Amino acid sequence: MALSKLDNLYRQVILDHSQHPHHHGHLKTADYEIELRNPTCGDVLQLELVLEDDQISQIAFSGEGCTISQASASMMTDAVMHKTPAQAEAMIERFSDMMIGDRDEDWSLLEDAAILQGVQQFPARIKCATLAWKALHKALKSDDQRATTGQIMNHAETEETNE
Amino acid sequence: MVNQLNDYRRDFPILKQIVNDEPLVYLDNAATTQKPQAVIDQLVTYYQKDNANVHRGVHTLAERATAQYEAARTKVQKFIHAAESAEVIFTKGTTQSLNWVAGSFGPTVVEAGDEIVISVMEHHSNLVPWQQLAQQTGAQLRYIDLLPDGQLDLDSARQVIGPKTKIVSLAHASNVLGVINPIKTIAALVHAQGGYMVVDGAQAVPHMSVDVQALDADFYAFSGHKMLGPTGIGVLYGKQAFLEKMPPVEYGGEMIDFVGLQVATFKELPWRLEGGTPNIAGAIGLGAAVDYLDQIGMANIQAHEQALVTMALPKLQAIDGLTIYGPQTAAQRTGVIAFNLDNLHPHDLATALDMQGVAVRAGHHCAQPLMQWLNVAATARASFYLYNTEADVETFVTAIQAAKEFFQDGTF
Repeated sequence: MALSKLDNLYRQVILDHSQHPHHHGHLKTADYEIELRNPTCGDVLQLELVLEDDQISQIAFSGEGCTISQASASMMTDAVMHKTPAQAEAMIERFSDMMIGDRDEDWSLLEDAAILQGVQQFPARIKCATLAWKALHKALKSDDQRATTGQIMNHAETEETNE
Repeated sequence: MVNQLNDYRRDFPILKQIVNDEPLVYLDNAATTQKPQAVIDQLVTYYQKDNANVHRGVHTLAERATAQYEAARTKVQKFIHAAESAEVIFTKGTTQSLNWVAGSFGPTVVEAGDEIVISVMEHHSNLVPWQQLAQQTGAQLRYIDLLPDGQLDLDSARQVIGPKTKIVSLAHASNVLGVINPIKTIAALVHAQGGYMVVDGAQAVPHMSVDVQALDADFYAFSGHKMLGPTGIGVLYGKQAFLEKMPPVEYGGEMIDFVGLQVATFKELPWRLEGGTPNIAGAIGLGAAVDYLDQIGMANIQAHEQALVTMALPKLQAIDGLTIYGPQTAAQRTGVIAFNLDNLHPHDLATALDMQGVAVRAGHHCAQPLMQWLNVAATARASFYLYNTEADVETFVTAIQAAKEFFQDGTF
C-alpha cells in the first residue's frame, strides 16, 4: 500500500512533537507577539517570545493546525530557545533552504527540526511546515514587535475558487 | 442506476492515470471537474480551424467563431431554461458574476438603512461582495440562520427578510454541507417585500436540472469549469429588465455601439455587458459541456450522485470517530460530503488519501463563517460527479480506514 510513503512524512519524532508539543500555550507577558494565518487551510498560529540579554529566554505557541505545522512549531521553539535573534534568523533561513534544497546537506543546525526535510517530498505540505518559522521571522523583523498579523502566501497550493 | 453511467467514465482521459502508484480516484469535483474528450476536442478544433474575434469581422472565420460563440449562449439559455438568450451574460466565473451583481446592480437599488440578506453557509464569493456593498452604501448585512443539521432555517428566513430587504443572495446548493436551499420559497419571500433574489448556482447547475424561471431568480450565477467546461468561463443570468438597469462594469471592445469624442452608446444585451474580447474558446467549450450533460440527462446525473451518496454515507457513518457535516441522510443532499476524523487534521487525512490515489479537498472551502458555525478550523471534503463509481466509493472508504489505522498506529 502506498501509505508506506507516509512514514517519510510522519516520522515518530514528528508525531511525538505534534501530540505533545513543547512550549505550547501563552506567556504571561511577551516582548514579541504575532499571529500568522495560512489562508488556504484556515490554520492559525500565535507565537509569543521574550528576549533577555539579546537571547530568546521564553517562547510559546498556540493555535490550530495539522500534525506537520504543530510539530514544526514545537521543534522550532526548542531549537531557537536561548539563541540570539541573529542566530534564530540564520536558522529560519536554513529551514527555508531545507524545504527546497539538497536532501543530503547537513541540517543539524536545526536540531530536531532537521527531520522535517521529508516534507520536501510533499510539496502541498511545505507551507504547513514553514508557518511557525515565517511567524518567528515576521515577529523578529517587525517594528513594534507585537500585534503583527499576517498571512503565509508562498508555496502556493490548490485553493478552490468559486469561478 | 449507478452502473448506467459508468460507461461515460471512459470519455475522461485524465481519469485513466496512476497517482502515487494507485489508480486515480478523483473526488474533488466541487472544486473543479474533469473534462470529457468532447470538450477537449471542441477547444482544439476551435483553435485549429475557427479561431477569430467575434462580432467584428466579415470574413469567414469571424463568422464561424461568432456563430459558435452565440450558439453556446443559446445552449446555456436552454440548459437553465432562461426566457431569452440575451439574459445569458458570459463572465469568467461565478465570482465575477456575483461581484458584478453586487458591485454594479447593487448600488442602483440599495441605500443606507436597507438590508442585504445572505446565510452563514455562503462561499466567500457570495459573502464578501455583499459585505463590500453594505459598507459602501450604509446598508446592513443580515444572515439567515441554519438548522442544527445545516439546512437553511425557513423560520429565520421569514424573520430576517422584511420591508427593508433589498437583496437576498443564497447558494442554490452548499459547497460544504451538501444541502439544497429552497430558492423558490425564499424568492417568493423577498419578492413580496419588493426585493431581488440573487442565486449562487456554482454547486447546483452541474448537478441538477435548473430552471431559473421556475425558481423566479432575478440573477443566477455559475461557473463552466465545475460542469465539465473550461476554466475562465462562467455565466451571469439575469432577468432582462434588471440586466438593463445594470451599468456595464467594463467599457470598450465588444460592448460598443457608437463612440464620439465626448459620448458613446452601447450595444444591446447581452453584448452591452461583455466588454473586451470575450473568452470565445471558453464559451464554445462550455457549449460542448452543456451538450455532453444534456446527452446524459441532468436527472440521470442527479440520480447517479444520489446513489453514490446513499452508498457512501452509511459506510462513512460506520467509521468510529468520523463526523459528517450537514444532513445525515442522502435524501437531503447533493454529492458533496464534508467530514473530519477525530484527532486528525484534515490536511493530514488528505495527504494520506492522496498517497492512496484518492483526491479530496481539505481546508475551509472558502467558507470561513461556516467553519466558525461548525466550530472547526477546516474539514476534509469528498465530492462526486457523473464519472465516479461504486468502486470509487469503496476505495475512498477503505483509504480513510487505512489512514485512520496509520495515524493510530503512530502515536495518536
